[in-house]
Amino acid sequence: MSKYYLFQDSKKCIGCRSCEVACKTNKGLPVGPKLCQIITIGPRFIGNLPRASYTFMPCFHCEDPWCVAACPTGAMQRRPEDGIVFVDESLCVGCKTCMTACPWGAPQWNPETGKAVKCDYCKDRLDQGLKPACVTVCTTHCLHFGTAEEIPPIRRERYAKAMAALE
Amino acid sequence: MQKEVYSICFGCSVRCPIRVVVEDDRVKWLEGNPHVAGMEGSLCPRGMAGIALLYDHERVQSPMIRTGPRGSGKWKKASWDEALNFVADRLRKIINEYGGHSVVLGERTQLSTHVSKTFLRAIGSPNHFTHDAICKGSVNTAGRSLFGYTDAQMNFDYANTKHIVMYGRNLFEAIEVKAVNNLMKALDNGAKLTYIDPRVTVTATKASRYLMIRPGTDLALNYALMHVIIKERLYDLDFIDRWAQGFSELKSFVQQYTPEWAEKETGIPAHEIISLARELGQDKPSVIFHFGYRGAHHTNEIYMRRSILMLNALMGSIEAKGGLFIKKGPGEVGGKPARKLTEQDLPEVKQVRFDKVGTNDFPLPDPNHGVGQILPYAILEEDPYPIKALFAYRFDPLMSIPDTNQTKKALDKLDLIVSIEINYSDIAWYSDVILPESMFLERMDSIQQANGLKPQMFLRHQAVTPRYDTRPGPIILKQIAERLGLEKYFPYNTMEDLVRWQLEGTGFYLEDFKEKGFVAYTDKQIFWDRKDGIKFKTPSGKIEFVSSLLENAGFKSFPAYESMPSPPEGEFRLTVGRCAAHTHVSTQNNPYLNELVPENHLWINTKEAEKLGIKTGDLVEVSSEVGSGFIKAYVTDLIHPEAVFMLHGFGHEAAFATRSFNKGLNDSVLIKNITDRIGGSPAFHDTFVKVKRA
Repeated sequence: MSKYYLFQDSKKCIGCRSCEVACKTNKGLPVGPKLCQIITIGPRFIGNLPRASYTFMPCFHCEDPWCVAACPTGAMQRRPEDGIVFVDESLCVGCKTCMTACPWGAPQWNPETGKAVKCDYCKDRLDQGLKPACVTVCTTHCLHFGTAEEIPPIRRERYAKAMAALE
Repeated sequence: MQKEVYSICFGCSVRCPIRVVVEDDRVKWLEGNPHVAGMEGSLCPRGMAGIALLYDHERVQSPMIRTGPRGSGKWKKASWDEALNFVADRLRKIINEYGGHSVVLGERTQLSTHVSKTFLRAIGSPNHFTHDAICKGSVNTAGRSLFGYTDAQMNFDYANTKHIVMYGRNLFEAIEVKAVNNLMKALDNGAKLTYIDPRVTVTATKASRYLMIRPGTDLALNYALMHVIIKERLYDLDFIDRWAQGFSELKSFVQQYTPEWAEKETGIPAHEIISLARELGQDKPSVIFHFGYRGAHHTNEIYMRRSILMLNALMGSIEAKGGLFIKKGPGEVGGKPARKLTEQDLPEVKQVRFDKVGTNDFPLPDPNHGVGQILPYAILEEDPYPIKALFAYRFDPLMSIPDTNQTKKALDKLDLIVSIEINYSDIAWYSDVILPESMFLERMDSIQQANGLKPQMFLRHQAVTPRYDTRPGPIILKQIAERLGLEKYFPYNTMEDLVRWQLEGTGFYLEDFKEKGFVAYTDKQIFWDRKDGIKFKTPSGKIEFVSSLLENAGFKSFPAYESMPSPPEGEFRLTVGRCAAHTHVSTQNNPYLNELVPENHLWINTKEAEKLGIKTGDLVEVSSEVGSGFIKAYVTDLIHPEAVFMLHGFGHEAAFATRSFNKGLNDSVLIKNITDRIGGSPAFHDTFVKVKRA
């Protein structure tokens, strides 16, 4: 795995997809490829309450990525220092093997360049000390990014608060 | 070289503060202003798609003059001089022949609205209107009738609330970034969210209580809530004693409206209404009954919005932490607001307005905004006088005023239609001349006077030079005025000049906005003392349950509730709304936003759809008394059987906007143009439609 952790506090997500627009804006992508995507399931009634799940799907940046192993040209790579999986466009021949190989559909097709494109945690931004585009603009700050140790224990804290009987 | 520019978004009318990163005159990045609490980088998709709009080649790229019939799409490119001369020549003729009052300008309220108003006054016309009445005129009037403040002069302390009640106020899809984050914070701290809507929205999926109300009966629910609150003495006794006028009249009025009665009208079980009232009683005064953003549903809209405000009053939530507050202006701390061009010595205009607002015919709507949906009637009936020219300033009468077919007939009577627009909107497409405005990243704008708990001023800085041959609206209007010999009312040559003129005497300077995009008059939140310090602006200085505003104009404060009719067999009540990806009628052609939501669908209840043999994805024909059209169906349990729903803002007719052209259905084609004659809002949800498979 990469040393980073992108945590979605789904309780706060409103499925607005600002993350998707920010991602495409940062990468200057055409209509089509979605390097990250909110998948909405529902709403459905659970008892009297309508509930929906808004699941954020970027690339997981695997330890042993299917896409890297499958790529015939070496375009798909894993950055040694932090484990970010990215595609070097100049080496990509557009064969789509990475798209076939990835179990989660992370690599996308860029119809403008005829090459694969995927989430690289905005490594250009990370290298400037910034957060990924999606995390930076997330409307409700439900996306968190850092090394795994840096992510705050949001769920534990919320649970503890709900359980505390101090009031 | 990279630089950062602090500015103001205009992805929608919320106008969130933003930070723009610019390199070599290109926008590289956009985010919420990190210096503003509640923003901290956040931006909604409509704002984030601003860069896609900036570089969109489907914007209006230069002035255009029509060469074929209206709406035919035959245009010639024009220089600014040519287009401005064209407009000025025709305008001069019209003013000479029919008077300045034959010219109407409609716009979406914006930072430079004071410039448009000045333009009209200068040419001798009273006929400025904003989109506001069409969205929420009755909320404005309701606020003035009870507190002496318009809805725009009030806001909510979301972050500290213990319980918020929203009536179709779909905050998590409409998205005001700061409000969303403050409410999320409250919810995280255990606040309750009661959401009432005939349709399940994203907001409903975050609610702690969801009530699928029979469409149009929210007023009945509120009268029953008041009934329980008063009967069980759940209200804030001290607050009502001190501040309310007409409580005993309210008390005897709601006596008849029991929860059992309301159950029959609304479909919400009586015990739910009682338990909601009791919970709210416990959480008071940190409760919010949200008076809504759009408040334009039924012809009794004013009473619905008044009932919401009265519930806030009963809970004592006004000026309470976690309640409703009145926005504080710079005067509260001895500061001065930015000047407006309308403060100049402008010519008196004596004619009545085209919509007759301010006369006995239509006494109560806010003349600052007018009532725009009256325009087609005024033109067609030449009542009170003939209208000859329309300026549509980023306002689209064809999609925003109900009954598009009627509006088209009215527009056909005009001698001149000028659009000041960024996109090929339907009204731009139907105009004689399009004067393209620079989009929000390309122009400086007038000062934003941001009143609130802490009065501030924000500035929209220009981030980059215009990509195409476009100009800021206040420059366009000044350049028309110059050609009419009226330049003296426009004391500026550039937007910077105008802003400097506005700031004179405030103690702040243009340069002060550079570092963070805003200046603050104080760093402390101002709440008025709930015992003695609330400055209600009603004639009595109190909350007027019995309203002098209404009664003096001959209207009742407490008219008996009239049952909301169910649609006849085989028909449905048409309801409309919006989603997170689009702003009204203006973003459907944005490449990224179009990708998110390219067209609208007709939501219809599963059982009703079964009877009609309609399945999700089927093309259906929807028809009303005034129009019909085709749209794909979405069959779902998530909507009340009496209602169907569609997103507003689709079905565009402007062919140059290729992504939105002919996608989905324009709700305004179906909706009848009827109005709450007291409050001023149109009634968007008072049209029944038939649905059948196409």
